[in-house]
Amino acid sequence: MAEGIRDKVVILGMGCTKFGERWSDAPEDLAVDAFTECLSDAGIEKKEIEAAWLGSHFDEINVGKGGNFLGMALKLPLIPVTRTENFCASGTEAFRGACYGVASGAYDIALALGVEKLKDTGYGGLPDSPAFGQQYAMIGPNATAPGMFAQLATAYSAAYKVPMEKIKEAMAHISWKSHQNGANNPRAHLRKPIPVEQILGAPMIAYPLGLFDCCGVSDGSACAIVTTPKIAKKIKPNQDLVKVKAIQVSVSSGEEALYTDWDGSGMLTTRRASSKAYEEAGIKNPREEISMMEVHDCFSITELATMEDLHISEPGKACDDILDGFYDLNGKIPCQPDGGLKCFGHPIAASGLRMLFEMYNQLLGLWPEERQVKNPKFGLTHNLGGIPNQNVCSIAIVGL
Amino acid sequence: MVGIRSYGGYVPRYRLNRMVIFGSMGWINPANMLNAQGEKAVANFDEDSVTMAAAAAADCAKGFNRDLIGGVYFASTTASYKERLCANLVAGALAMREDVRTADFGGALKCGTTALISALDGVSAGTANNIVVSAADCRLGTMGSPQELMFGDGAAALMVGDTDIIAEFKGSFSTGHDFVDHFRGSESKYDRQWEERWIRDEGFGKFIPEVISGICDKYGMALSDFAKVIYPCYFGSARKSINKKLGIEPDQVVDSLQAVVGDAGAAQPMLMMVKALEEAKPGDKILLVSYGSGCDALIFEVTDKIHELKPRRGVLGNLNRRADLDNYAKYLTWRRMVTVDTGLRGEEQKWTRWSLMWRAHRTMLSLEGSKCKACGTVQFPPQRICVNPSCGVTDQSEPIVLSEGGGKVASFTSDMLAASINPPAIYGSVNFNLGGRFLFDFTDCTVDDLAVGSPVDLSFRVKYYDALRDITDYFWKAVPVAEGAE
Repeated sequence: MAEGIRDKVVILGMGCTKFGERWSDAPEDLAVDAFTECLSDAGIEKKEIEAAWLGSHFDEINVGKGGNFLGMALKLPLIPVTRTENFCASGTEAFRGACYGVASGAYDIALALGVEKLKDTGYGGLPDSPAFGQQYAMIGPNATAPGMFAQLATAYSAAYKVPMEKIKEAMAHISWKSHQNGANNPRAHLRKPIPVEQILGAPMIAYPLGLFDCCGVSDGSACAIVTTPKIAKKIKPNQDLVKVKAIQVSVSSGEEALYTDWDGSGMLTTRRASSKAYEEAGIKNPREEISMMEVHDCFSITELATMEDLHISEPGKACDDILDGFYDLNGKIPCQPDGGLKCFGHPIAASGLRMLFEMYNQLLGLWPEERQVKNPKFGLTHNLGGIPNQNVCSIAIVGL
Repeated sequence: MVGIRSYGGYVPRYRLNRMVIFGSMGWINPANMLNAQGEKAVANFDEDSVTMAAAAAADCAKGFNRDLIGGVYFASTTASYKERLCANLVAGALAMREDVRTADFGGALKCGTTALISALDGVSAGTANNIVVSAADCRLGTMGSPQELMFGDGAAALMVGDTDIIAEFKGSFSTGHDFVDHFRGSESKYDRQWEERWIRDEGFGKFIPEVISGICDKYGMALSDFAKVIYPCYFGSARKSINKKLGIEPDQVVDSLQAVVGDAGAAQPMLMMVKALEEAKPGDKILLVSYGSGCDALIFEVTDKIHELKPRRGVLGNLNRRADLDNYAKYLTWRRMVTVDTGLRGEEQKWTRWSLMWRAHRTMLSLEGSKCKACGTVQFPPQRICVNPSCGVTDQSEPIVLSEGGGKVASFTSDMLAASINPPAIYGSVNFNLGGRFLFDFTDCTVDDLAVGSPVDLSFRVKYYDALRDITDYFWKAVPVAEGAE
């Protein structure tokens, strides 16, 4: 196996807007806000950025195609801008592009920015789009994201013989936890703690997912500037550096959608990408070594299944860990310390970089005490795009 | 010997009690109370004459090698297209060969039997064989009209051939009259009719006896020769007087299904014929008469082979498969008689890309997947590179039709966010019993009918209707198999 990019790239600076229903802001406004904060944090000038990667997903209502949006919004001086689109992994893909640009020696300093303006859609949920091509659009089910992910729950219940009541209870704990964490975070979209009883009693969106099992649909942007450890040391001689330990992506092979061995209870891509990421980062036992995580909790059931797919909870045992508080802010591995997609919000292509923004600030110990994870060493971020049977997974691990 | 080889029927699952209609619309014409008895069969929101004809044709062709079928005649006055042959859609759903004869018959309620006569003539002439004639109708009366109460939805199919005949064709006689009791202009959605007394007395009352006398004279037969006499007539009183006038005895009468289905238009005499065949015994002579813009009359004689035909759903099996539609507004919505708000998500455009559809028509109409010749793995939609991780060969597959084998639920949900005129949208992953899997819409069910591992049939349905371009698009959906059903 190739040696990977462990410790070859350092995050020099990051920025992230408040996520939410930013009715009065254009995607340009969101990108400029995230970039301005990021540039100031990095301590460099714009002209020092040699290449940029732009993550954006929904062509229909967002920033269009190509890299022009970023070049023009930020007035980047005719440098290369590459648009990355890979469902909900689009932001992490932008980050991967920038990191590879630096690790390869092609550039000293590179920019990754994710932006998504969803709240011009006109209706709740994500925009309807022929995401899997025209033939699938004509013959695939009349489905939405919650309904596709909800099936994880029915399949999980059947695969592990876990009663739906227990799954509902664990899912409610997941949402409760994210609301607790989001309430403490001024940049989060949803900032109200919600009692478990209210979560369990919420209207059904897609069986068995209720309203609070579904994440916020938000506008937002997040941004990173990356460079080599040597240059970073020169620019920031007196502080810890957040290093990139691993970035891995896995894309469905058709094994899930077409081949009947897959039982639908979890994601094959996450299992592979996380194994590869631990290997790249030199992590032997993730349950002991990972300090904190931001995972793709588009729906509470996704987070539940992901705990097993990341090889942290034993297969069939995620509900027990969740209900034991293992993933709470004061648990062994705090999961979604910033509120997660659930409460921080989910502007598709900004989410991967938003997760890294949280890990970066946690690793540098920059958060107020009530939401600062104690002595973190490794932070893991995870995105899952598409639908469980045909998806894209990205994993990044950053650390000191 | 030329005649009927097989039969099949279809009655949609949902039944609307006529008092539910009268409860909402009786105020506009209290005399409609006379028609407000029993229930009518109502096509689901994703059914129309094409899908019902396909279901009846599939029931009829069940157990027959599809490569032997030499044609499909579709008969209906409610075809979803004026130009685009609906028979090809039915043939596609049957996953038939394409070097066959296909034709649509319409224009009159007698078009079902006219299609049948054409098929019989073709087989007699030796120019075609094993033609499936499938008739379906889904006619609409305006809100508050007598027709709204009288009409019902359904389909029936007969396969016509020259071997293994269950009912031999003995002859036919036809009339054609421009007697406009009911009509729809080329732009009309709703049936219009002239005064009922005139239809009853001058229409049914004269044309049925005329055609029956005609065929009996032609073949030198008397009505007493027939075990069953089938003719459509939704007026109970007129049936009585016609029976009396012609001397049709009670044991010769075949029930019109008016109380449980309603007048199924072009399918009506065919449905009654299927019901008669379900109960027939060798030697029975059956007189089949249709009505509408004239009449057709056909004579059949049931053979010993009737006992060799494997059981099928037919009419009786479908009548037992039922659920109440207890909401008149829902009926109006399903038939697009009223405009409902499905949210802005419901306004997103559906694009029908005809070049894509032709390229993939075996996938989309016939539910044809691919089977790897190297490892046997079945895949849908068809794949050039085998998905089996331990195989992976390229271009070594053969087609396999997955519609008949059914499947099992692998995962499911019930979605209130998806835009639908029949929410919630219920869908999930289905593993085909023949191998492979796909994500299907579920229909004719509620989420309570589903469990991981429970069996489903695949049913050819309307996938969407594009109102902007008047396109009805079809694909397959999964229907839970009711407990105890065959």
